[in-house]
Amino acid sequence: MSEPLASASPEIEPSSTGTFFAGVRSALTSVFFLVLAGTYIGMGALAHDFGFPSWWLALSSMLVWAAPAQVILISALGTGASLFEAGLAVSLSAIRLFPMVVALLPLLRGPGTRLRDLLLPTHFTSVSMWVESLRLLPGMPPARRIAFCNGLSVGYMGTAVTFGFVGYYLAAGLPVLLAATLLFLTPMSFLISTANNARMMVDRLAFALGLVLGPSLAYFAVGLDLMWTGLIGGTLAYLVHRFREAAQ
Amino acid sequence: MNAVLADLWPYLVLILVGYLPNEIWRVLGLVLARGLNEDSEIVVWSRAVAIALLAGVIAKLILFANGALTTVPLSVRVGAAVLGFVAFVLLKRSVFAGVLAGEAALLIGGYLFSH
Repeated sequence: MSEPLASASPEIEPSSTGTFFAGVRSALTSVFFLVLAGTYIGMGALAHDFGFPSWWLALSSMLVWAAPAQVILISALGTGASLFEAGLAVSLSAIRLFPMVVALLPLLRGPGTRLRDLLLPTHFTSVSMWVESLRLLPGMPPARRIAFCNGLSVGYMGTAVTFGFVGYYLAAGLPVLLAATLLFLTPMSFLISTANNARMMVDRLAFALGLVLGPSLAYFAVGLDLMWTGLIGGTLAYLVHRFREAAQ
Repeated sequence: MNAVLADLWPYLVLILVGYLPNEIWRVLGLVLARGLNEDSEIVVWSRAVAIALLAGVIAKLILFANGALTTVPLSVRVGAAVLGFVAFVLLKRSVFAGVLAGEAALLIGGYLFSH
């Protein structure tokens, strides 16, 4: 499984510290920098609006490190959902992390890789880091991939934490209408980016069903409405997808 | 002691219902990291569930707004979201253009119609 030396890209530094910082640099100059900055400014405003401490948000960015799960957690707890329901909704939104880790680790695992070297990349796995890792790692010598991947992730996480604080304190100090505009950034950016990521018919159908089911179940005060929105909307979309495949 | 517990409570909640239920899937990926590809049926289904759940939360944030956003009428919030989405579709599926259009519409609509 050894990679030809020629595949090493020239800008990668030889030492692992150098490789780590090459990863940080790559994060700060990628398109995801802007995406994360915008997302976490909105998230900061949301956390402020629901009365969470700013350090709570920072810690959630580091520990949860998945923007959808964080939005679900903040809005569920903020609107008075039970702890059980909030945890269940977070977990349902996070199943997608499982196949992402499964797809990423073979790129990082070499003959001399210890399990503990994989703990950080496993925790760091999220959409931004995953997309960039799958794009950049194959062209890199296997021995440097973990350091690069960690640098990339620290760059993204630092961006998220920093702009979370920015959004939090902006929301606290701005006039009401501007604070409202900042708060609107979370649903608006998630609406568009989720629609953008939903390229397959099954994903688009799940998206549309969720938009309708979420508020409907909440309006009729159905218990565990978030869980049912995910399970009913997702399963219906999946069944339609199966029937269409069977019909072809 | 109760004051200390009250201060630490949000962080305990974060770990119990934020960190742990989320992290479990990453750890499972590390432990069972073999023989699962992006197209397997369980992956397609779990992605659909996650997308529907997130879409539900997005719609709830727009329809049942909290805090400062309640000063902007419901019709303006929904109108801005629809306009942003239309802009996204029309402008070559640009996420940036869609979000910007929606935000601008909310700001202008809010300025004109806020109570």
